[in-house]
Amino acid sequence: MEIATPPAQKIFGAPLAPRSAARAMAPPSRFGDKAFEWVTLTMALAVVVLIILIGWQLWQGSSLAVQKFGFHFLTTSTWDPVAEQFGALPFIYGTLVSSLIALLIAVPLSIATAVYLTELAPLWLRQPIVSLIEMLAAIPSVILGLWGIFVMIPWLRDYPFPLLKRLFGWTPFFSGPIYGTSMLAGGIIIAIMILPIITSVSREILRSVPNLQREAAYALGATRWEVTRIAVLSYARKGLFGAVILGLGRALGETMAVTMVIGNTPQIAASLFKPGYTLASVIANEFTEATTDLYLQALFEIGLVLFGLTILVNLLAQLLLRTITTASATRAVQ
Amino acid sequence: MKFLKFGRKILAIVLLTGVSATASAQMMINGAGATFPYPIYSKWFDEYAKVDPSVRFNYQSIGSGGGQKQILAQTVDFGASDGPMSDDNLAKAPGKLLHIPTVAGADVVAYNLTGNPTLKFDADTIAGIFLGQIKKWNDAKIAALNPGVTLPDQEIVVVHRSDGSGTTFIFTDYLSKINPEWKTKVGTNTSVNWPTGIGGKGNEGVAGQIKQTPGAVGYVELIYAVQNKMPYAEIKNATGEFVKPSLESITAALATANIPDDFRFSITNAPGKDAYPISGATWLLVYEQQKDPAKGKKLVAFLKWAAKDGEKMARDLQYAPLPENLQQRVLKRIDEIKM
Repeated sequence: MEIATPPAQKIFGAPLAPRSAARAMAPPSRFGDKAFEWVTLTMALAVVVLIILIGWQLWQGSSLAVQKFGFHFLTTSTWDPVAEQFGALPFIYGTLVSSLIALLIAVPLSIATAVYLTELAPLWLRQPIVSLIEMLAAIPSVILGLWGIFVMIPWLRDYPFPLLKRLFGWTPFFSGPIYGTSMLAGGIIIAIMILPIITSVSREILRSVPNLQREAAYALGATRWEVTRIAVLSYARKGLFGAVILGLGRALGETMAVTMVIGNTPQIAASLFKPGYTLASVIANEFTEATTDLYLQALFEIGLVLFGLTILVNLLAQLLLRTITTASATRAVQ
Repeated sequence: MKFLKFGRKILAIVLLTGVSATASAQMMINGAGATFPYPIYSKWFDEYAKVDPSVRFNYQSIGSGGGQKQILAQTVDFGASDGPMSDDNLAKAPGKLLHIPTVAGADVVAYNLTGNPTLKFDADTIAGIFLGQIKKWNDAKIAALNPGVTLPDQEIVVVHRSDGSGTTFIFTDYLSKINPEWKTKVGTNTSVNWPTGIGGKGNEGVAGQIKQTPGAVGYVELIYAVQNKMPYAEIKNATGEFVKPSLESITAALATANIPDDFRFSITNAPGKDAYPISGATWLLVYEQQKDPAKGKKLVAFLKWAAKDGEKMARDLQYAPLPENLQQRVLKRIDEIKM
């Protein structure tokens, strides 16, 4: 700042020609740019370093379990703290399936809501709906979980689940006895939790679609639906995909509410009415009372698996996004 | 410059107040561990502040596992656990760790059946249900224990704890003691590999699950069944009596169980006639040799107060107090703590 002061004083003190004023300002601004670059670079690197440190710590914390169980940890299904036999497969399965159910429910709902809010809804209605959706995001996870136990589960058990069973009971996915707490209930509660984030981000993305796009489509004689489909949705496709990935990230790590409704049983069952278990839930459930080293390390390894799974799923999603966009780009050219 | 001077002034004020705050601060004694006794411990700390205002307690109810870990690492002045420490863990301690039993509680077998009948169970029936072998409420084994009760032809939905818990430890310890099949197939721990059923998080989760599910059965701490007005079973004890869980029958279990000198005991299936068999105690963990004499003195004074006066507050909070004979033994143990 010491360097910056004298020229600045000169500028304001004496009437200088605009050209020389610009020259006088040039050196400090270059220094500022450099500083700015360094500061932002440090911030960006801090995130990378943090992620590497978390990964390293998890790896360190689970070394004993990694050594003892090796690759079997990922492929076996027994979770027995008494015999100290640990396998993560049912938890991996539960995490992926519950997140998938959540996405199947939340993505169409959120994007449809976002489209309605940006393209169709009367102006006076938009802000109230947006506020309500954002309020949904503010509900603490444990409150949603309690609501899940006392309100959602009994209702699901008495009405929608028997209906699903009657309609689709012939498939393995909706067969077997209905207890209420189940993989499906877990997926539904995650869907409720990721709905606000996907909706908000999607809405911002749709709002950023230039009006020129819409006007051009209207000018070509497109209907409202065609305008939304061709001019808006396909233009915003990449961004919407990003919104879904953000939602997926939250879904994979969601813990408290899921634990309360999923049934916490480490098993791999085709029926969505059966209870399941997720990686995040088992850590939350058992970490506090794990007294032996191997048990604790196995829980650390679960954390490592969740960490890896999240990165892997995100990478796959990025890859998918790239394939989709390039494929449609080629189609557009043809 | 003016701003700098002002800043210096603020800094000076902050430093001064900081110094004076530490000078007048009370001694802080830190503890961590079990969640089950947290309500009574916080009541004790609160009441003890009136007895000795110069000392403050900070207790974090992070779970028994965490309590054991932290006292082993000496990051707290005392630990708390719902189960005695294992030999392996005790071997890791840098000094001799003492187990100080404080209060006891019980697991009750609660259920959801129309008409809320009071049922009678024994360990083998409970093991059969939780192993998934007894599947219907009108099973012959349940009917044999409950003559005169009309049992429905309804599927049994087993509910257990999903989170690691002293409650689960007591329950599985009881079943392992009596039922050999349970012992080999499942065993005893704060979390086990459940052969059947749905996992609920916490006592409130299991209680909620039972209340919501017709035909459900599960185990919760006594207070949760009382609060939720759920029916719970009378359990056959070691002498063949069917005993209803109550504070009296838990203390009876404490009074008649064989309690070794190191206080690492289990009171499940206690031999007394009035003893409720699925009972369990909770412990404070302290080092015999205290590192900080001033702190050690205060801690000992508190432990003595808790064992004498604190015990009287247990009943109001639905904990079973220690019986007279055990209380005397505990006081003697506290005297052995060295500064």
